[in-house]
Amino acid sequence: MSIILDKVNYVYSEETAYRIQALRDVNLEIRDGQFIGVIGHTGSGKSTLIQHLNGLMKATSGTIYFNGQDIYADDFDLRKLRSRVGLVFQYPEHQLFETTIFDDVCFGPKNQGLSKEEAGLRAFEALRSVGMPEELYYQSPFDLSGGQKRRVAIAGVLAMKPEVLILDEPTAGLDPAGRDEILDLVARMHKERGITVILVSHSMEDVAKYVERIIVMNQGAVMFDDTPREVFRHYKELESVGLAAPQVTYLMHELKERGLLVNTEATTVEEARQSLMEALAGIDAGHTDIHV
Amino acid sequence: MLRDITLGQYYPADSVIHKLDPRVKLFGTLIYIISLFCFRGAAAFATVTLFLIAVIWTSKVPFKFMVKGLKAIMILMLITAAFNLFMTPGETLVSFWIFKITKEGVVNAALMAVRLTYLILGTSIMTLTTTPNQLTDGLEKALMPLSKIGIPVHAIAMMMSIALRFIPILIEETDKIMKAQMARGADFESGNLLKKVKSMIPLLVPLFVSAFRRADDLAMAMEARCYHGGGGRTKMKPLRYEGRDRAAYLMIILYFAAVLLCRAYLNWP
Repeated sequence: MSIILDKVNYVYSEETAYRIQALRDVNLEIRDGQFIGVIGHTGSGKSTLIQHLNGLMKATSGTIYFNGQDIYADDFDLRKLRSRVGLVFQYPEHQLFETTIFDDVCFGPKNQGLSKEEAGLRAFEALRSVGMPEELYYQSPFDLSGGQKRRVAIAGVLAMKPEVLILDEPTAGLDPAGRDEILDLVARMHKERGITVILVSHSMEDVAKYVERIIVMNQGAVMFDDTPREVFRHYKELESVGLAAPQVTYLMHELKERGLLVNTEATTVEEARQSLMEALAGIDAGHTDIHV
Repeated sequence: MLRDITLGQYYPADSVIHKLDPRVKLFGTLIYIISLFCFRGAAAFATVTLFLIAVIWTSKVPFKFMVKGLKAIMILMLITAAFNLFMTPGETLVSFWIFKITKEGVVNAALMAVRLTYLILGTSIMTLTTTPNQLTDGLEKALMPLSKIGIPVHAIAMMMSIALRFIPILIEETDKIMKAQMARGADFESGNLLKKVKSMIPLLVPLFVSAFRRADDLAMAMEARCYHGGGGRTKMKPLRYEGRDRAAYLMIILYFAAVLLCRAYLNWP
């Protein structure tokens, strides 16, 4: 089971002075259970790309298959697709509208045709999994803090029990603590429920720590599509399109240049620390000489 | 989805019409509208049509782009045409039940449809060739004399330009919220009227909230930059008439005179 994109193109405002090609011949296969990061500069087409995955946008040309079915076929139910491929937009807290948090989270499950009780149960589960304290359930969503609002909005999508969860810049505008909270939450969903997660971001740091595969978008086309390790190997090319590898990549490369035998392929701070400790242990044993 | 609304959208191109002073365009549009509703007879009709074609051609805006605006008023046009068709007294052509279609009715309905079409095409040329900022600038300067009798012209112009500025932002916002709710399974299309109205709540509440938030932010930003109304404010690009503006004024007046002359002397049929 997977989502397959075959030569997908998308053009905004075709035949006008404002014509923009947002996607160029995108071919992708998104297999079940993967944790994928989509990275790109502003305007690289990453938001456009993910809106194709649940059929909110229709490709100008090309085909998308969900579990082998063409989603643009006449008899394909796009609403069903949207409940199976959950999409959390950028600043999702702007979509809250109900009088209580609980009702707002019930909106998705109710649209799926579930009974009031079932929808309530789903909402309860979802709110608990995003860590909302129970005493807030019946308050207005507009009284919450920014980070809390965002968690409620994410719960609104989780309550639909999607098989694929897509998050568009879920950490934008949050402080470091809020950012880690959201990302840890997403990682936990991936681990516990085994759902496919697609995380859109422009921050390599965020993505490197969690994902197993990175898709780099540049000017509407897929530039790299590989494991973080392989993608960060091209850190010079990433720079040329306005992206940067995680800071540890730079640190490790510089240390190696100066003669310390570290592993330049470390992508997270933890890996870097380990490699650094090993290298330093090597110095103690007198294997290298270092000019810092 | 909502990106395709053209009414009131600027189309960048390099043409004489684009470069004209906005006051000329405002004046021209006003005269054009008056001429539309007072022309009579084939000769005057031809004059109006020729003028419209000439202006569209000089503006270098693709005709397709203008026609899109017509779709928005299709229903209004049909209703007006229907009223004219059935309500005009005169020589009966067809009659059934309580309705009767008269010869005058047919003529009036056709004329009204043509007038409305021309009205939209003509006014959309102004909005397609003038940025909202130029437009309000022109309006502010043209109406300045009114401030002597206590009308807050600057404030009105500022409100207008802010309102115009926010239309595309709110459209984009609507589009985004609509998509976000659709991603949660909302359905804006099917169902009866009551259901449709109800389905708008998840769209309208967040939209209002965000509009108020934006208004607050804007007020704060303006205050932070010491905005205190129009008194003593200077412009980076003050409006000044040039040769082409005077020529345009002359042409507009000649056009209006031609329409009036046709109406007076060549008003057959």
